[in-house]
Amino acid sequence: MPNAATHTYMMEAIELVKHYPIKGGVLLKEVASVKAVDGVTLKIKPGETMGLVGESGCGKTTFGRAILRLEEPSDGQVLFNGENILDYDTKKMRALRKKMQIIFQDPFSSLNPRKTIAQIIGEPLRIHGMRNRSQREERVLELLRVVGLRQEHMRRYPHMFSGGQRQRIGVARALALNPQLIVCDEAVSALDVSIQAQVLNLLKELQEEFGLTYLFISHDLHVVEHISDRVAVMYLGKIVEIGNSDKLYEKPLHPYTQALLSASPMPDPTRQLSRIILKGDVPSPIDPPQGCRFHTRCRYAKDICHQRQPKLREVESDHWAACLFAGKVGIW
Amino acid sequence: MKEEKQNKNPHDRHPMLEQLSQLWRNKTAVIGLFIITIFFLTAIFAPALSPHNPLETSLYDQLKPPAWYEGGSTKNILGTDDLGRDTLSRIIYGARVSLIVSMVSVGLAFVCGTLLGSIAGYYKGARDSIIMRIMDMILAFPYLLLAIVVVAYLGPSLQNAMVAIGITYIPRFARIVRGSVLEECEKDYVMAARSIGARHLRIIFLAILPNCMGPLIVQTTLSMASAILDAAALSFLGLGAQPPTPEWGAMIARSRGLILRASWVMTFPGIAILLAVLGFNLLGDGLRDALDPRLRD
Repeated sequence: MPNAATHTYMMEAIELVKHYPIKGGVLLKEVASVKAVDGVTLKIKPGETMGLVGESGCGKTTFGRAILRLEEPSDGQVLFNGENILDYDTKKMRALRKKMQIIFQDPFSSLNPRKTIAQIIGEPLRIHGMRNRSQREERVLELLRVVGLRQEHMRRYPHMFSGGQRQRIGVARALALNPQLIVCDEAVSALDVSIQAQVLNLLKELQEEFGLTYLFISHDLHVVEHISDRVAVMYLGKIVEIGNSDKLYEKPLHPYTQALLSASPMPDPTRQLSRIILKGDVPSPIDPPQGCRFHTRCRYAKDICHQRQPKLREVESDHWAACLFAGKVGIW
Repeated sequence: MKEEKQNKNPHDRHPMLEQLSQLWRNKTAVIGLFIITIFFLTAIFAPALSPHNPLETSLYDQLKPPAWYEGGSTKNILGTDDLGRDTLSRIIYGARVSLIVSMVSVGLAFVCGTLLGSIAGYYKGARDSIIMRIMDMILAFPYLLLAIVVVAYLGPSLQNAMVAIGITYIPRFARIVRGSVLEECEKDYVMAARSIGARHLRIIFLAILPNCMGPLIVQTTLSMASAILDAAALSFLGLGAQPPTPEWGAMIARSRGLILRASWVMTFPGIAILLAVLGFNLLGDGLRDALDPRLRD
């Protein structure tokens, strides 16, 4: 990693906020807002894989897009190698896009159906100044080989490929510009389990080969555990727990993480966990609960949880949780 | 890794080609295409095909009936009008006029409508509201009335009729393009294009619009049909083609007083309009079947 030495963190999101206004009335005034991401601080070290889990609608995808400025954040800072990229103008931002890429969830809508594979993978190269066609094709071929596709696939259209192959094409496109950071937004969720493993292994190999940094967003706890060095758990626009992958899965500190882990099916008959069934639905992100956001569904909630919003605190070394009682003995 | 989808044609074909072969299997579309082809060929080779000069009057041959009527002759197969002009030749040259009018007016509407619609659909917000409210205003008028207003303002001529028809057709293109662009914008490939640093114009024209072509082509074809009809209507009202231009609508208007004495003078231009409109409509419907994404996988 060229910049690894200069900054401890490659990507830092500091109190990042993304609110979507809801407009109503004749004058289209803002009447409310969906608080998709509501003050998230997350730091990613060079070369690591940061997992980001949470149920659908918790804002994890929005967060992934906001740090790439694919959605403009409402507030907060995004530092990339120490520089606040929210201050960048369009031109500077366009140049920076070489260094940060995204892989999408749906391999069917993420590839333009009217373009050949060579055009799709070659487009980033073209945009960033590789005008020479044969040079571009050479690079496309190389990328196809890297992701395990064949030369003759170059002239075909996306609809001629299976989901796994399409996702590989998406990976090749993301790799084309030699990025440092790749946001994998549910990158394997749309795939069959057997194909999931292949793509995950491919991502791991690529990480080793090119020293990539991943933000791996998923709702699937096992997938995240498999690939991540550290994991952050999101609930209703906020991070409730961050820790090393092993620790977090071994000993979850936040009641939400505990519930998530207990609810996720384990292919291991010896592991007997009583399931924690959460009551009710996720509250609306338009009007999140006062105090701790999880208190409406938390089995341990006390009166104080209705009033005080817990901050992320380091409960154990390098293991943070946003719960007033996390780590206090005797509650769980 | 799963093997590739087993296609009947595993060739590296563009999706458009697939759709064209589907179109070929649609019989009504093929009939429509056939009619339009004849229409185009007639227009292009009008000087070679027409037996007489369409503008040449002949005092001896006034109101001659078609060849198969009593008193008709093979000299004027479809008869002559009240100035002795050959109806067949005028219809053949009229195809030229109709074709040019419909192509120019639909072309104008296509370009303006696509630009406005894609700006509205892509940028959303204020630009969307302003553009679409203007389109609503255009749509609020009965379009023939609006065309009459435009022509009345610019003065009656074929060129102004084209402009008038073009303007009244802009909203239908703008709306269709806006709808498709809005739909396509939701797809990840648009965000992927942004994430690799593509400029807005590149995204609109090279990524999104090619995917909106299906409904646009259908709309273009169907609009060609109504443009022919509207041009004829404007000419019928004296606001389009001016005499002695051989235009179908103007021919009908001129001979409508003769309908009881010499019905053929009015009938044949009417049939010509009918066939041309029918041809474009059949093709348009067939294209809709072939290109409608909901009918494809």
